[in-house]
Amino acid sequence: MVGSKKRKGNKAVVNIVLGIICFIWLVPTLGLFISSFRPAADILQTGWWKVFPHQEWKASDDVIRLSKDVDLRGPIVVNGKTYTDAQLKAGVVEGGKRLMWENRRARMISVQTEGWVTKPNLTTENYKNVLSGKEYKLKKADGSEAVQKGSGLSQAFWNTLTIAVPATIIPVLIASFAAYAFAWLRFPGRKTMFVTIIAMLVIPLQVALIPVLKDYTALGLNGSYLGIWLAHTAFGLPLVTYFMYNFISQLPKDLFESAFIDGASHFTIFSRLILPLSVPALASIGIFQFLWVWNDYLVSLIFIGNQPNVQVMSMKIADLVGSRGNDWHLLTSAAFISMLMPLAIFFLLQKYFVKGLMGGSVKG
Amino acid sequence: MGTQAKPGIRLRAVLISLGILLANIVVNGLIFLFFRDSTLNPLLTAVLAVLWGVVGVYLIYYSLTFAAEQYPDKIRSRILPFIFVGPAVLLLGWLLVLPALRTLYLSFFNASSDKFVGLANYAAIFSDRLLGTALRNNLLWVFVGTLACVAFGLLIAILADRSSYEKTAKSIIFMPMAISFVAAGVIWKFVYYYQPGNEQIGLLNAIVTYFGGQPQAWTSMIQPWNNFFLILILIWMQTGFAMVIFSAAIKGVPDDILEAARVDGSGEIRIFFRIIIPFISTTILTVTTTIIVFTLKIFDVVMVMTGGQYDTEVVATQFYRQFFMYRNFGYGSTLAIVLLIAVLPVIFVNLRQFRKQGGF
Repeated sequence: MVGSKKRKGNKAVVNIVLGIICFIWLVPTLGLFISSFRPAADILQTGWWKVFPHQEWKASDDVIRLSKDVDLRGPIVVNGKTYTDAQLKAGVVEGGKRLMWENRRARMISVQTEGWVTKPNLTTENYKNVLSGKEYKLKKADGSEAVQKGSGLSQAFWNTLTIAVPATIIPVLIASFAAYAFAWLRFPGRKTMFVTIIAMLVIPLQVALIPVLKDYTALGLNGSYLGIWLAHTAFGLPLVTYFMYNFISQLPKDLFESAFIDGASHFTIFSRLILPLSVPALASIGIFQFLWVWNDYLVSLIFIGNQPNVQVMSMKIADLVGSRGNDWHLLTSAAFISMLMPLAIFFLLQKYFVKGLMGGSVKG
Repeated sequence: MGTQAKPGIRLRAVLISLGILLANIVVNGLIFLFFRDSTLNPLLTAVLAVLWGVVGVYLIYYSLTFAAEQYPDKIRSRILPFIFVGPAVLLLGWLLVLPALRTLYLSFFNASSDKFVGLANYAAIFSDRLLGTALRNNLLWVFVGTLACVAFGLLIAILADRSSYEKTAKSIIFMPMAISFVAAGVIWKFVYYYQPGNEQIGLLNAIVTYFGGQPQAWTSMIQPWNNFFLILILIWMQTGFAMVIFSAAIKGVPDDILEAARVDGSGEIRIFFRIIIPFISTTILTVTTTIIVFTLKIFDVVMVMTGGQYDTEVVATQFYRQFFMYRNFGYGSTLAIVLLIAVLPVIFVNLRQFRKQGGF
């Protein structure tokens, strides 16, 4: 059939276009990943793509020695052709070979040939250095050595985890209790409260930061785990409650009505029936909240401030960018460490992550 | 837990509930103080803190419901809903609703918030050059960023739907969603990196020099072009979001309609604009509003990439600067309120949508 043949042709085009887009999307991250394994000096000298096989000029055994009477400031005749000093300095390509000064004083010109090279000079040193808080020696691009202090990222990693796990479970738990009450209990003010929560879905959290910070300072909550949990909980609650309400209100009513008649309390129904039934929803919104907290920068920046023992990874990395913006060996490995957890979660639990996204933004 | 009817309110019940409330406050307060002053090993602190945070919340609900159980049925069914929604409502009230009102109040005061200045801060925002730049850039972010995310998202969703590698392709495009903006900032700083001299280690400059161009310092270029290089990062990160949702919506377009159109001889492009787009128009609207709201609040990218230098400031970074560096609480609050005003229409659309879905 003509139609199917045409469709097949289209499909090849579609695949190619999509392939190119995917490649473009992947390359920035790939560059970071490869760079994070390269020695500090290498990163600054050559692009990360040079670790792949590529063509490069290499000196061959062939060397041209100029005689003593050649004036290096004037035109230089090599193998019957005339070059200037500057040309030889930059290298001139002639018949597939490159002529370049190897040692101008010794009047030596190297004859280079193009060949395939890889620079698989990879190391895990960057990761070690950035994770620890100890001093370490570093070879610089010009060959000299320098002593630098590590960034203590492992402490920040644990801090981030300590903040992210409760800041995920607490709002999900609180929101589920609330969603259950909104969906299945009748009480005065229910509508108003719920509509207010829906309205808060899109409120920029900037409007809350200044007063909350003032309260925190007064209460001594600033820079404490509890303070940042509460902040993340409150800022995440509208979305999580909305999402959980959508799920819990769809559960069949008779399911727990019989449990209620049997004398189970609402608390028992909630923890024995609702929570187990909601596992898929809890998982998807939980992942979303976890990633949000893990990746957060603004909230931590404001409520943690400059207390190093509570600082999270995003703050450390932002600090690194600000203070040592050209130390790519540190930046790339630090960034990759902070990406490990989100990427692992993303690839393992992609299905739930997508569900969480769609539940929050589109319905029907 | 017993549910047998009890006659009136007993003294015992009142005492138990008061005791439980008090115990909750005291115990959690003590644990909090312990953590604040603890010098334990970070890993151990982490484990204990996580345990307390999670178990603590559950125990609060448990003990409060237990207290409620002590009362007769009628009263209990009155109290119980409030125990369930109470923590959520209290937290939101304390950390979101009241602060928003307080910020509104502060926005009418001067830098140190001790003198009422009326609308002077609002007037200043629209006349101050820095703040003006921030507003202009935010508009740029919202328009260019949102438009590109939605357009690319649609395009990729359509392409992926017809390709043989749908899953892989979607995963790759979607992956940046999981990365933090700070990490993404590092990734793109490296792409845009400029070093004087011949050898360029930044990808973009390497490409430019390969084709014989001059290397550029992309993020400190002439206005407003450097902003586009920052917006590109947002597009890289958010297109995946749009794509996933569009992809789900496109799969909902009934096959027989598409087949009928194909039999009628409509080309794929015509089908896309005449059938698919109208069919998923509500989804497009939702995604667009979500990205607009998100983009209005953009902060981390600019902070990490340029720190707001070279006229790349946006409202949120300017807010941070006014508040934390210049200690100008008046401007800071006003900027936050301007952001809020900008999302107000979205709140109304949201509420209308919710009512349409039959919630309440």
